[in-house]
Order: sequence, then structure tokens, then C-alpha cells
Amino acid sequence: MNFVLIFLITIFSLSLFFYGRSKTKSISIQKNIKLNALPKFYGYYLVLWCSIPALVFLTVWSLFEPVIIKSIIIETAANQGAVFNDKNEANLIYEKIKAIHLGTYFGDIDSILKESAISYAKFLNLFTNSKIVLIFAIIIASVIYSLKKIKNNNKARDDVEVILKGLLFASSLIAILTTLGIIFSLLFESIKFFSVINIFDYLFGTNWSPQRAFVSDASAITAEEYAELKDAFGFIPLIAGTSFIAFIAMLVAVPIGLFSGIYMAEYASIKVRRVSKPIIEILAGIPTVVYGFFAALTVGPFFRQVGESLGLTVSSESALAAGLIMGIMIIPYISSLSDDVINSVPQSLRDGSYAIGATKSETIKQVVIPAALPGIIGSVLLAVSRAIGETMIVVMAAGLAANLTINPLESTTTITTQIVMILVGDQEFDSPKTQSAFALGLTLFIATLVLNYIAQRAVKKYREKYD
Amino acid sequence: MTKEQRLKKRHSSEKRFRFYGLASIFVALLFVLILVNNIFSKGSSAFMKTAIDVEVFFDPELLELKNGANEEEILEADFYDVTIESLLKVYPANTLEEENALIDLFTTDAEIEIKKAFLEDNTLIGKKINLEISASDDIDQLHKGNYPRDLPEDRRRISNIQLKIYDNLIENKKIIKNFNNYFFTNGDSRDPELAGIGGALVGSFYSIIICLLLAFPVAVLASIYLEEFAPKNKITDFIEININNLAAVPSIVYGLLALQILLATIQLPRSTPLVAGITLALMTLPRIIIPCRASLKAVPPSIREGALAVGASKFQSVFHHVVPLALPGTLSGTIIGLAQALGETAPLILIGMVAFVVDIPSTPIDPSSSLPVQVYLWSESAERGFVEKTSATIMMLLSFLIVMNFVAVYLRQKFEKRWN
Repeated sequence: MNFVLIFLITIFSLSLFFYGRSKTKSISIQKNIKLNALPKFYGYYLVLWCSIPALVFLTVWSLFEPVIIKSIIIETAANQGAVFNDKNEANLIYEKIKAIHLGTYFGDIDSILKESAISYAKFLNLFTNSKIVLIFAIIIASVIYSLKKIKNNNKARDDVEVILKGLLFASSLIAILTTLGIIFSLLFESIKFFSVINIFDYLFGTNWSPQRAFVSDASAITAEEYAELKDAFGFIPLIAGTSFIAFIAMLVAVPIGLFSGIYMAEYASIKVRRVSKPIIEILAGIPTVVYGFFAALTVGPFFRQVGESLGLTVSSESALAAGLIMGIMIIPYISSLSDDVINSVPQSLRDGSYAIGATKSETIKQVVIPAALPGIIGSVLLAVSRAIGETMIVVMAAGLAANLTINPLESTTTITTQIVMILVGDQEFDSPKTQSAFALGLTLFIATLVLNYIAQRAVKKYREKYD
Repeated sequence: MTKEQRLKKRHSSEKRFRFYGLASIFVALLFVLILVNNIFSKGSSAFMKTAIDVEVFFDPELLELKNGANEEEILEADFYDVTIESLLKVYPANTLEEENALIDLFTTDAEIEIKKAFLEDNTLIGKKINLEISASDDIDQLHKGNYPRDLPEDRRRISNIQLKIYDNLIENKKIIKNFNNYFFTNGDSRDPELAGIGGALVGSFYSIIICLLLAFPVAVLASIYLEEFAPKNKITDFIEININNLAAVPSIVYGLLALQILLATIQLPRSTPLVAGITLALMTLPRIIIPCRASLKAVPPSIREGALAVGASKFQSVFHHVVPLALPGTLSGTIIGLAQALGETAPLILIGMVAFVVDIPSTPIDPSSSLPVQVYLWSESAERGFVEKTSATIMMLLSFLIVMNFVAVYLRQKFEKRWN
């Protein structure tokens, strides 16, 4: 149906374009007046007026139609005596009703379902019909309006440009909408979660085992159940594991990244730079799932073997393997950012240092790096934020159980791993376990936001200093 | 310490420092090499599969078909007896145990492969033909040398009897290697020898196309607005801060967004390339806007002023002159953004693309997998055969990424104008 409507709108718009163009031409000849714009702009004007309101309406309508029909149908089914206790059962009944309507349901059909299916068909019909009528009404109204404007010889080009500018502005608003969407979707479930679990129990609890958190009725939790729940959602082991793995990653990435950044910026000839820079940046382009596969199937077992031959017990999902691989993934972020930052240190600082007899490395260590330090710290912070938000490497190579440990040979878990573990497969909405994933997501979002903000400020301040 | 000694020390420290820099670059390069080598050495064998040469006799007594049967009759017919009879002739099995071991050497789809041969030529009743029937995963891995033979029998999946039969077949030159077409045409399967990335390829293709269709126009329009038209005010600043932050939000957060808004609120179908495409588009949008703006910014103001000077409107100067000049940079930024989206896994896991999907999706609203998710799924499987399949999938994924990046670099170098 929607495709037919879009097709019709396109056809209308196209024919209006030609109509508008020739009409204004003929008006200008008949009445012998000078047009305020080229004839084609009158065509564009009509096209925009014909298509944009109708398409916007169609999109909004199509987004909300299924949701509205569903709530109406579930309500009427309930009025007719259908029994369902929670959202899942209601969804099930709705799916049944839909299947009966499509003729693909082969179970028993009782009178309530049958009635509901009939009313479903009725509503569907009603909504489709009113959609068509409304769209045509909108098209007719906007076309009449725009035709009237054209006949008055409006400044079509200016008007077209105003509309297009609005369109440009609307596209740039999508960024804000996405941010709002993220914040609302995280907050909405998190608030539900924190209405069950006290936020301090979450932030300072030392035990994370959401699989234990089975609640029969989320709206009425007894004190006993809460004591159990409180113990299941402690954030400390997760933040400890996340920071620990990120720390190992930084131990690998910061020296290697920084030294290669320095070498590229200060020592490397143009030839070496042209070859080695893209190759290092390949590391940033490899999908993280590939690193995860490599860490889980090659590096983890390798460490385990080495450990066994040394008489150590190494978990095959050790924090060391995940951290090491994550560090390698992060090298290019640090090296190319610090390369940029070092390049933008003014040459006069170096020349001054050489002039008093310092060697190149002394200049770098004592002049260039202190001057570039805010920028370098900024790039390291950006890398940290990437490390704590990284998902696939830790999901595949780090452990699932939340151990509070600082032994890099043991397994530990991270925030992102837990989000994936909770949400993978079928989840029941309205259970604290599912909601906890959103609370974790919110925590992660805030943490990366703060880190990025500080890092970007640092880099920006530093840039301004030497501009 | 004398002056000479001190100078010597300073010079050696200079050399050391330089060495550290070179060593770091070397370590990074070495790692690229190790990773690629590891993946290729594990994965390249997956493009071949092991098959066993079987003489199939379409016995009229065992088949309820006549020559010239139509497609429907063939599809409904039972080829089981013909299959078993033919497979048993490969090796003179004496006991029931040996017969079972022999049949286990073949893929569970042996019957379907024989049926397919008959579908191609429906005049085979009463005739004998030689077919190359795929071996089971265990034999496949054994033949490729990925499976240690010297383990004690209770720790390996291949019994001693099977090994004996295998050696006999090798001697009679009945075991062959041929191109693994299943890997490219089949969907996912529990049996590694039948599993393929066909479904994942199609799913990834749909997702990326939807991502491109949504993200590219919006990103270009938004960057044109921000770079060329936006007044310097608080709203513009706010939009810019938003875009920069969105580019740094962890991808898994976009998965949560999609779960809550696209699946729970708007109720789009789960596990589909449609949802994946929209999610990836939201994620890629800021990552495309940033290079788009940079390439618009690189166009010198003289171009705009020249257009304005001969009477073009602001819009005409931007759309007729600035945008075409910035297009190569814009396109290469978009392609790099899409390459990142192609390798993205975490948000797709959250929207349910980890479901086990056997069928190859025909539309973007069929449940489907995608290449990186397939890597994740197979890497979790215990069967040895999936290791080479996973590596081969990674090889496919990496080669797509390499091609996309080369196109991006080519576009930039070939068509981008240098202004100074």
C-alpha cells in the first residue's frame, strides 16, 4: 500500500513539475509580464509542496499505525473477556489475532479471538482508508495553495531555497534526535531498574550475578527477595574488570603508540612514513570481531600453554589476552593522534633547543613532548574511552563470571560483556535483569561522554595555544 | 665524567630513543603480519571440500520413479534406499558396525546431493553414474590435516574403523578435493560441511545498502547545512557538539537504542537487515558527517565568491560549485564509514541477528545474519570444522573492507583537487 502511495505521489509531483513550468511560461507570454524566476523553479516549487507534506505525513502515520491498532485491539479483546496477565500474554494474543486475520493460524479459535480478528480487519481497513483520504486531502490542499502562489508570480526561487534550507536544517537535527533517542531509551529502562534496585546498592555492591535475579512479580517485591536482588546487581566487579582490562590495553598501546607517533613525526623519512602509517592504520580498520576471534582462539590458548609450561594456572579467558589484543587494536588511535599533535608543535621551539646544543632525542623529550602533553593526554583519554566501550574482543576473549581480581591470568568480565550476555537471545521485558543492561548502558554512556568531553577540551585548548 | 664520556652517553641515548621508535613501528607491523598470516593459514582450506567418489545406481526397484518424472515427483520421492545402497558399495563392509561407520563418513545431506543429480538428468533410472558426494565434517578435517590422528580412540571423533575405511579409500583414490561451493551458496547449518555464508552475505548486503540509502543523503545535507548555511549560534554549536559526541559513543549503545526504539516501540521485525541497516545508519551518520564537512571546508572561498559575483544565489553557488568539488572527499568518507559499519558486530547482536537462520533472506524484512555476526556465531561453536569456516569468513570480510578502502583512496587521489 505504502509503495503504491509513494509511487502515486512521485507521479503527481513529476506531472506538476511539467505543468508548473509550462503554465508559468504561458502566463508570462499571455500577460506579457516578466517572471520573477526561471520557469523551472515554479516546477520545483510545486514538486516540493506536493511531495514533502504528504511524505512526512505518510512516514509518521506508518510509524504509529501498528502501535495504535495494537493497543485498540488488545483493549477491545480485554473488553470482550480475553484474559491476560502481563504484556507478553497480550502480545501473544495480538499475534494470534493477526494470524487469524491473515489466515495463517491453525490452532483453536474461540469466539473472542474470532470477534477480535473481525474487528482487527475492520480497524485495519478503516486506518488504511483514512490514510489514503487524508493523504489526498493534504496533497490537494498544498497543491491548491502552491498553484495560487504561482499564479501570483511569486519569487519561486527564493521560496524553493527557503524550503530546501529547512530540509537541510532538518537533516542536521537528526544528530540531536539520535542523542535524545539514546538518552531516553537508556533512561526509561534505567529508571524502572532503579525503582526496584536502590542506586547505592547498584553502585557499591560487590557481587554481580544477574542470572540469580528471578522475580515472579516485579511490581511487588518482598524484603527477602530484595535482599537477594541487592546482591545480584553490584556494579563494583564490572567497573573493576573493565578498568583492569583497559589498563592492560593501555600498558600495551601507550608506549607502542606513542613511540611510533614520535618516530613518524620526528624521525621517519617521507618514504617510510608513507608506507608505515597506512599499514599501522590497518589495525584500526580491522573489525573488532576479528580481534576477538584471534584473542579467543589463538592468543588465549597460547598464553595458557606458556603458563602451563611455567607451572602457572592461566585461564584460557584471561584478562591478559583480552587486554593485550585490545591494546594492539588501540595502537593506531594513539599513534596517529599523537603524530598530529607533535606535528603541530611549532618548529621554532625545536630550533631553539637545537641552538643551545641539545640532541634530537633531548629536544623531543624535554621540549616537544612537554609542549604537546595536553594533546597527548587527550589522545590517551580518547583511547581509554574506546577501550571501555569496546565490546566484541571482551565478549569473545574475556570471561563471563564477575570475579573481583587483579591477577591478569584469571578471567574477569566487563560492562559491555554483561550487556551482551543479558540481552542476547530472548529477553523478557519488565524484569530487573533486562533493565539492568540498560542501566549498564547508561553508566557506559556517561563514562565515555565524560572522558570524550575532557579529551576533546584538552586537544582543543592545546590547538588554540599554538594557532 | 669527562666531556667526551658525557657526549658519548648522550649520543647512545639518542640512538636508543630512535631505536625504541623504530621498534614500536616494527612491533605494530609485525602484529598485522601475524594476524593476517594466522587467519589466512587457518582459513584458506575452507574454500575446498573433501568429497568421496561414489558410483550411484538408480535402482528401479528401490525408486518409485520413472524416467522423465517431473520436478514435483522427484522432490517427493524417497531416495534414502538408493543412497544407502550406493554408499555401502564404496567399501566392502562386513559388519553392521562397519556399515554404520562407512555411512557416517558421508555428509548427512548425501541423499539430497543424489536427488539433485537426478533433478538435473531425469533419465537416470536403471543407470549408474559416478558422483562426488561430500564427506562428513570429521573426514573433511582429517583429510585437510587439521585433525590429529594420533589421539587415543576415545578422545577423537573418528573411530578406528572409520580410519581404516578412510585409509582404504585413499589407497583406491576415491577421496577427492573440489571447490567448496556450499560455503558461498548455503545458509548457516549445524553441520560444518554444509554451513555457508550465503545468508550472511545477503544479510550484510541488504544492511549496508539500507545504511547507505539512509545515512549518505542525510549526512551530506547536514554537513552542507552546518558548513555553508548555519548561522553561528547556540543551536548550531549544540548540533556540532552532538555530532562529535555521537561519533565517540560506543557502538553497543546504538544496539540498546535500536532495541528500545526500533524493536520495542515501533515494533519493526527482529533479526532483520532492515533494523540492522537503520541502526548502522544512525551509528555511521556522525562518522560520515565529519569527513564530509572537512572536504566542504577544503573548498577555497574564492570558488563561492566567484559564483556569487556573477549573480548566483547562495544556494546555486553551493550546489553548482562547492558540492561537486567536495564530492570525491565526501564519497571516500562515506565509503570508509560504510566499511566500518560492515564490520560492526555488537549492535547487531543486540537486535537479534544471532538467531540461527538457515534460509537465505530474500527481502530485507526476513530474519538474517551478517558476516561479522556469522564470525561471532561460528567462533562459539565447538566443532573443529567451524574454525576454518570462521577464518574463511573473516577473509571474505577483510577482502571486502580492503576493496572498499582502496576505492575510497582511489577516489580521493584521482578526483580530489589540491588547492595549493
